[in-house]
Order: sequence, then C-alpha cells, then structure tokens
Amino acid sequence: MNISLMSLRPFALLTVSAISTLSATAVHAADSVNDFNPAIGLILNGTLGSFSQEPDDYAISGFPLSGESEPGAQGFALGESELNISANIDPDWLGQMTVALGDETEVENAYVETSPASGLKLRAGRFFSGIGYLNEQHAHTWDFADTALAYRALLGTQYKDDGLQLRWLAPTELYTEVGIEWFNGSSFPAGGSDNDGLGSWAMYIHTGGDIGVSSSWRAGLSYLNGDADERESGDEVAPDLFSGTSKVYIADFVWKWSPNGNAYDQSFKLQGEYLLSDNDGDFTPDGGTALSYNAKPSGWYLQGVYQFTHGWRVGLRHDQLDADLDDITFANTALDSLSHTPERSSIMLDYNNSEFSRLRLQYNRDESQPQVDDQFVLQYTMSLGAHGAHTF
Amino acid sequence: MKNHLHILFKILPKIFLPSVLLISYLPAVQADELNIFACEPEWGALASELGGDDVNVFTATTAQQDPHHIQARPSLIAKMRRADLVICTGSGLEVGWLPLLLRQSGNSQVQPGQPGYFETTKYVTTLDKPQVLDRSEGDVHPGGNPHIQTDPHNISKVADALLPVLQQLDNDHKDAYGQRARDFQNRWQTAITGWETKAAPLRGVHIVVHHKSWVYLEQWLGLINVTTLEPKPGVPASAGYLSDVLKQLQSQPAKMIIHAAYQNDRADQWLSNKTGIPTIALPFTVGGNPQAQDLFSLYDDTIERLLVALNHG
Repeated sequence: MNISLMSLRPFALLTVSAISTLSATAVHAADSVNDFNPAIGLILNGTLGSFSQEPDDYAISGFPLSGESEPGAQGFALGESELNISANIDPDWLGQMTVALGDETEVENAYVETSPASGLKLRAGRFFSGIGYLNEQHAHTWDFADTALAYRALLGTQYKDDGLQLRWLAPTELYTEVGIEWFNGSSFPAGGSDNDGLGSWAMYIHTGGDIGVSSSWRAGLSYLNGDADERESGDEVAPDLFSGTSKVYIADFVWKWSPNGNAYDQSFKLQGEYLLSDNDGDFTPDGGTALSYNAKPSGWYLQGVYQFTHGWRVGLRHDQLDADLDDITFANTALDSLSHTPERSSIMLDYNNSEFSRLRLQYNRDESQPQVDDQFVLQYTMSLGAHGAHTF
Repeated sequence: MKNHLHILFKILPKIFLPSVLLISYLPAVQADELNIFACEPEWGALASELGGDDVNVFTATTAQQDPHHIQARPSLIAKMRRADLVICTGSGLEVGWLPLLLRQSGNSQVQPGQPGYFETTKYVTTLDKPQVLDRSEGDVHPGGNPHIQTDPHNISKVADALLPVLQQLDNDHKDAYGQRARDFQNRWQTAITGWETKAAPLRGVHIVVHHKSWVYLEQWLGLINVTTLEPKPGVPASAGYLSDVLKQLQSQPAKMIIHAAYQNDRADQWLSNKTGIPTIALPFTVGGNPQAQDLFSLYDDTIERLLVALNHG
C-alpha cells in the first residue's frame, strides 16, 4: 500500500501545482466566481462477478420484479458511479443532487430542503423514502454488495419517487422522529400513468438511543401505500401488468456495539428488517388474461458485520421470502411460487484502507429460484472529493 | 406472528397523525438552565466551570473515544435537538459526524453562524496548517491541528471568547457567568504558573508521539518531537515504517513515547520493547484516566506523568 501511495504522490503534487499556477493568474476572478461553488463528491465503483446462473434470467419464484432487480453482472463491470453535488442555497434552503452515471444516466436524488420550525424539515423533489432502514441508504454505504432480497422483491430494490416529505424530530430525551411523504407513485410497488400524479404515500416512526457507553440502537415502523395502474414488472419488452394497491409494512432495527464506543479498531453491527406487502388487485401476465391477485407476500433479513481489526470487516447475512401464494391459477406466470421458499445466505469480507476506499469480496448462495445460484463478487467502492458523513 | 404484525400495522395509521399533532402541541418544557452540547470532554468541563448551576452540560464523546471517528447516533441527534449552545473544536475534527448531527437535529439555534454555535479553534492560533490539501496526505485538517486543548493558554483564550456567548444566550444570569469566569481565570493563571515551574525540566526533551495530538503541548513546554508513529495523520504504522522509526531512534534517541488514552498502543509497546524507551498514556482530555477529573487535574496529571517518564527513562 505504501508503494502505491508513493507512486501516486507525484501525480497529486503535479495536479496541485498545476492548479495553483492556474489560479495564481486569475486570483480575483476565482475569488469572486468560484467562492460559492457547491461541494462535489464522486463515488466510483466496479465489480468482478461470477454467477452460476445467468443474471439476465434472474427471477424470484412467486414475486413480480421491477426492472432494476438483476443481482449483478457477469465478469468485469463498471458499477454505477455516483456524482453528488450539494450546497446551502440561502440561509433557509439547501439543495442536493445525486446522479447515477452508468451505461444509462439516472437522477437518483434531486431535492431541496428547509427547516421551517423547530425539529421540522420539509423536503421536495426526488428522494429515497425514509421508510425502513436500508431504503434511505445509498448503495455505496451498504454493508453488502447487494441489497436485501425483501427490498428487491417488495420495494423494487429501493423506494424512490418524486414528491414531498415532512419530518419532525420530537424534543424528547429518546430520539423519536416521525415522517410523512406524498409521492407521484411512479415507482414500484406503485406505478402506472393514470394515478393522477399522487399515487403513493408513506409514513414512519423511528426511535433510538444508547445502552451504556458501548451500544446504541435504532428501531422503526413504516407504512407505504402505493396505487398501481398497469404497473409493469418482469420482462421490459413484454411486461406483466398489475392494477390495484400494494401496501408495504416494515419493522426495522439496528444495533451497534464498540468497546467504550470507540469503533476505530473493533465494532459490531446487527441489523434486521421484516417487510410485509398487502396486494389487492388484478395481475395480467403478458399475453394472458387478468387474474385476481390478493396475497400478502413477506420477507425478512438479518445481518451482522464485525470489524475485527482496524479497516477489516466480515459480515454474514440471511434472507428469506414467503410468496403467500400456492395457487394453480398462477402456473407458468411470474407469480408461480413453484412451492419454493426463496432464500439466500451471504458472507462478505471487506478492507477499508481509509474511510474513503473499500475493497470487498462476497459470496451468496442464492436460492431465489429452486436452482441454486452461486454468486461471487469482488467489488471496489471509492469516494473522491467532498463526502458527507454517513447516517447511523 | 405475521397476523399480529398486520393488525398492529392496521391500527398504526389511525393513531399516527393524531398522536403526532398531540405531541407537537404539548407545551415545551421550559428549563431554567442553558442546555449545552459539548463535542469533547474538555469543552464540557470548561462550560461547567463558567456556567456552574446555570447550565446543563452534555458531553457527546468520552476520553476513551477517538473524536475523529464518532457515529452520528440517534441519542446525539436527540441531544442536539434540545441544545441551546453547541461547543465543538472545529477545524475539521468532527467533520465525520457533526455536520450530520446539525442537519438532522432541525435545531436552527445551533447552526453555524448562529450565536448557539461555537467553535473553539476559531479563538486560538492553530499550528500545522497544511500547505497542500490532498487526501494522499492522510487525515489533514484544512484549519490546522485541532488538538488545541493540550496547551492551557488555549483554554484561557477559549474561556474569554465563550463568556460573552453564554451571557448573550442567558442574559438573566449575566453577572453570575462574569463572576465565575473571573474566578476561573484567576485560578487558571495561578495553576499555569505552577505547571510551568514544575515542567521546567521537560524543556528540550526529545519525545516520540503516536499521533500529532501534542503539537500545542510541545510548543508550550518546549518538548521536541523526534518522530510520529503514524506515517501520515490517521494512517496506522506498517511494519516497514516502524523499523524505519526504530533505526531513526537508534541514532537520535528520545526519552518517551506518548499516546492518548483512546489510542491503541500496540505500535508504541513494540517500539518500547525494542528501544527501552518508556511509553506513557496521557489523559489527553478530561476523563482520560481516573486522576484527570477536571481541567485542573488534567494538567496536573499530564505533567506528573511526563516528569515520571523523564526520571525513569
């Protein structure tokens, strides 16, 4: 590691001296024009993957999946690079945008936020909903290379939409935050064009605190109500359709421990969530006729990540789903559960050279479908420039 | 299990909004005391010296924790929500957690630029301001070395700057703050004279430090830092780097190897075994060991330990 740093340094110095030469010629212009430039950060991420089943054919038996649910890519692949730009706008507003740059460019987050009164916060734009624990976290902060199966199956990986959010932090000794959100309803499990642009809403309560000096925790309950009107799932060219409502209930908790609260050398994080989706409507498989779909599929995961020495972490995770459906009427559709219980077990090891760089090796024994998929992923995640602090 | 949860979730939406509205209309509890959120123990201790019974001090970190690496925990967000005044070191020391606490607290009184936000490094002359800002240099602080509390003259300057802030935020007890501050400064100046007399033998003594935590202590007492056990700030020593340090110490000996109570002393112990140079853990801040109970005993104990190491090294 020393060698690589040594070889990089001349470059860094060269760049800095080039910049200072440039700026020296135009000091006054730079002072006046660039002073209020926003904070800019970039996340670079890439993977080397090996999947014993073809990732493009990925499915979870008994669950309709949204378009963005592939488990990864075979061989070398550039993951999505995240570009973050944020700044205070004036004394009352701040703005932030995150663009995911891959083969396709996508606005992940773009919102403005203000604090109108004590403890209240208002946010407008596109953002990850505050439901659950994992939902609001950007991919680069995940403790595994991929998200929980329950999120993939029931929330289209992460619930993100255009809308309005109101959060209130109670002035209590125990951390208690409540939030309510209204969305366009264009994202899975909502979706479709004919929901009058107000197709989903969510609310949640999160609470948390410390246990002594070494442990801290957070727990929450969340509810998402999504209207679907010809929501597409499965194959992008020949999608299945769903019209009706999907209500998602989430219970989440996370517990963190470190000796005397000093996580520099040693720490442990235990996290789990339970998701239940209540669907009521009509499912129309591509080329078929509408079938009444009234089921309560659910899923949970539990994971533990242990930092055994500075920079090195090992993690275990187990996922399980229940399609709540074993009906002959859905035979040969995406909702055919094949009497199979989808589950997955994962182990990961990562090395963090600093808080800005991470290398990770992960293995999943993925039984989303009856045939076992052995998945190996080698991943790098690096952060350049301004980098906001991570949430708990 | 599933059915029970389902019923709970069915009821929840119906009680959710009414209870939020109810809670938000409950009259806010009016405490007489000024609620102070101190990022580090030394500033909590200083706030208690100046504030006495008129303040209620919460200290976010302990001396056993590394102030560079703290989680933005729910409990800290809840405390900051109710704070009237936030006292932190600044200079980038808390960059990994404080901005998030400030934002998530939704407390407009304590945002940067408000009287309720106080950064101590603004009121002293910081050392080690980096010429080049580049992450290949490790944990560099654009505003200079943030560990200013290891020189008691800095504490004195911060106390002078903090007094008018306390008086502004709690005008009813203006005179009491003024009285306590005068009393503190008198006792503090006397104590500094005592420490400087006692520490005279330390002038010119060569030391090795674990992290650049002690530049202000070195400047104050005239200690000479020969080398650092981190090749770059915040970067742990590799075996190769340590053997270079060992070679350097053979030609340029030092009297002691110093680390803070919260730092892992594995590298220090290894070097101590190889060289016979004693290693000492200094409290670094209030609560760093059982002796360092307040600002006065923090320096009493620090100088005592340095002198013991000097006489045995």
